[in-house]
Amino acid sequence: MQIVLFHLMPYADLDLAEGRKNGTVWVNLPNRNFDPEKGHKLYNRYLDELEYGEALGFDVVGVNEHHQTAYGLMPSPIVTASALARRTKRVRIAILGSALPLRSHPLTVAEEHAMIDVISGGRLITGFVRGIGAEYHTFNVNPTFSHDRFHEAHDLILKAWTQPGPFAFNGHHYKVPYVNLWPRPYQKPHPPIWIPSQGSRETIDWAAHPDHRYTYLQTFSPVKVVQRYLKQYRDTASGYGYAAKDSQLGWAVPVYVGDTDESARREAKQHFENFRNVYVKMPLEMLLPPGYTSRESLKNVMKAKAQMFGDVTIEQAIELGLFVCGSADTVTKAFTGYWNDMRFGNLLVMCQFGTLPADLTRANMERFARGVMPKLKPL
Amino acid sequence: MPFTDHHLELDRCKTHYRRAGKGTPLVFLHGASGAPVVLPFMEKLATRYDVIVPDHPGYGLSDEPEWLENIHDVAYFYLDFLAALRLDKACIIGSSMGGWIAMEMAVRNTSRIGSLVLVSPAGHFAEGVQPADIFLLPQEEMVRKLFHDQRFAEQRLAMPETPEGIDLGLKNRHTTARLAWEPRLHDPFLPKWLHRIDVPTSIVWGAQDHILPAATAHELKRLIPQAELNIFESCGHLPQVEQMEKFCDVVFRFVR
Repeated sequence: MQIVLFHLMPYADLDLAEGRKNGTVWVNLPNRNFDPEKGHKLYNRYLDELEYGEALGFDVVGVNEHHQTAYGLMPSPIVTASALARRTKRVRIAILGSALPLRSHPLTVAEEHAMIDVISGGRLITGFVRGIGAEYHTFNVNPTFSHDRFHEAHDLILKAWTQPGPFAFNGHHYKVPYVNLWPRPYQKPHPPIWIPSQGSRETIDWAAHPDHRYTYLQTFSPVKVVQRYLKQYRDTASGYGYAAKDSQLGWAVPVYVGDTDESARREAKQHFENFRNVYVKMPLEMLLPPGYTSRESLKNVMKAKAQMFGDVTIEQAIELGLFVCGSADTVTKAFTGYWNDMRFGNLLVMCQFGTLPADLTRANMERFARGVMPKLKPL
Repeated sequence: MPFTDHHLELDRCKTHYRRAGKGTPLVFLHGASGAPVVLPFMEKLATRYDVIVPDHPGYGLSDEPEWLENIHDVAYFYLDFLAALRLDKACIIGSSMGGWIAMEMAVRNTSRIGSLVLVSPAGHFAEGVQPADIFLLPQEEMVRKLFHDQRFAEQRLAMPETPEGIDLGLKNRHTTARLAWEPRLHDPFLPKWLHRIDVPTSIVWGAQDHILPAATAHELKRLIPQAELNIFESCGHLPQVEQMEKFCDVVFRFVR
C-alpha cells in the first residue's frame, strides 16, 4: 500500500464563533477574518509538516485546491506543490487536484503540472477535479456545463502532454489553434492521474473506463460509502472487461494516532469536531448548485439532509469510519480490517484537520509513521 | 373558458402549452419557476384574448433538448413557435426570465409580434443594482422575496410538496442555471440592440421587487425610450399574481 500524507491547510486561527454565525466558512465568510500575519505562520508551518512527511517515510505528500474559504488556504495547489518540489528530494508530490472547469484555459494546468513534473524529476502525481459546488458560486462558472468542461479540458491536457505539437484542438468549449506544450512532462507518457471524488456514478464510469484506468480516491466519507463506491469502481471495471488493480483505488481520511485510545480521542476531539462541524459545513444550495450532480443524486442528498448537515461528534465519526482515531494498534487494526474488505492500494491520511495545532499534528504524524505505517505498507 | 393542454413537436423539442380564449393572440412567457398551473390572471386575460402559455424548452412538461445552451437558443425557438402556430401580431407577455426571452426575440424579428409587455424582466443589468442570488437563497426565503404581500408567500409555502412537483422544480432550476448562471440573468450584449424593438412596449414593475430591484426598470426605460413604464406600488416581483386586477387592466388598455 502506498501512503500519502495529505494536507488541506485550513485557516486554523479562524474565529470559530464567526464561522458558526455565518453558517459556513465558504463563499461569503468575510475575509476580514483572515489575518495575513497568522496566515504567514500557518503556510510555513504546513509546508514544514509536509516536508517532514518525507523524513518520516511517507511515499507521497498531497495538496489540493479550494477557493475563498477558511477550509483550505490553497487556491492554487500549484504554489504549494512547487515549493515542495524544491524542498523535497525523494517523496512524490500529488496535486489532488486541479479544478479543471474553474480554469478559463486548461492549457495553463497542462503547463504548470508539466513544469512541476520536470522540476521534480518526475515526482508529480496529477489529480483532476471539478471543484466543489461552492466554487461554482464563488467563480460564477456555470455548473450545468461542469461535466462537459471537465471532460473536454481533460482531453485537451492529455493530448497536449502526449501528442507532438503543434496541433489544433477544436472542442466545444475550448478551441486552440496551436497546442505545443513547453515544457513537456518528465514522466512518460505523462504523470499518473488520480481522481478524488465524493462519489458519483458518472465520475466512476469515466475514471474506470479502459482508456483512463485512473486511480479513484473516495474522500472524507463514512466507511460504508467508501466501500460502496470502491466496489462500484471494481464492478464498473469488470463491466468494461478488466480487473481493477488495487493501485486504482484510494481512500482519503483524517487520522489521529495517540498513545492510547483514550488520549487520542481526548486530544483530537475538539479539533476534529471543529473540522467537521465548522469548516466542512455549508448549506445545500451552496454544496450542490443545479447541474453539478444529476437530479437523482440531488434528491438523495435532500432526503439525507438532516444527517448530512447536522453536527457530528467524534464518537459518531469514529463509529461511522469518517475518522480513524486511537492508539497505533487500534488504528493499525482498523486500517488492516478496512483493507481486507476493500483492498485499496492508496491510503491518504490527513494528519492535520480543523484546528489541530502544530505540536499535536507532529506527534500524530510521528506515531502514525512509526507505529502504523510500517505495518500497512506491505499490504 | 377552460385552458386545454397541447403538445407541439418543434425543433426536435416536444413542447407543452396551454391555450384558452379567442381574439388577439397573447403568448405568456413564464419566469424561472415555470408555469405549472393556470393562474387567475391567465383566466382573466383569456376572456378577451387567445392566451397561449407554453412551457419553455427545458421547463415543465416540455422536453430538454440537447441544443439548449443559452437564452438566444430560446429566443430563436420562440420565433419558430410563433411561425408554427401561425400567430400574427401576437402580444408577448414575459415575466422575469420570460421578459428577457421576449426582448431577445424582439431584437431579432418582430414580424409576428404586435406588442410586448415586459413584467419585471431579467436580461439587462443596471449599474450598482444587485439582483437577489436566486441560486444561493434557501427555498423558503426565495418564496418570501418574491412577494411584497407576505400572504401570497404563505399561500405558496403552504402548498403540499409532491414528488412530481419536486422533480419539475429541479428540472426548471437546472434549465434556469443553464441559461442564466453566467452572465447572471442578463445578456451583456442585449442593450446594444434594444433600439431594434419597433413594436409598442409596456414595462410593468413592482416597486418592492426584491429579486430584480425596480431601479432596473428605469434603466430599461432609458434603453427603450418609447416604452411606457408602469411601476406598481406595494408590489413584488410578480405583479401579475400580486396585483392581478391592476395588471390585467394594463394589458386590456394596451392590447386592443
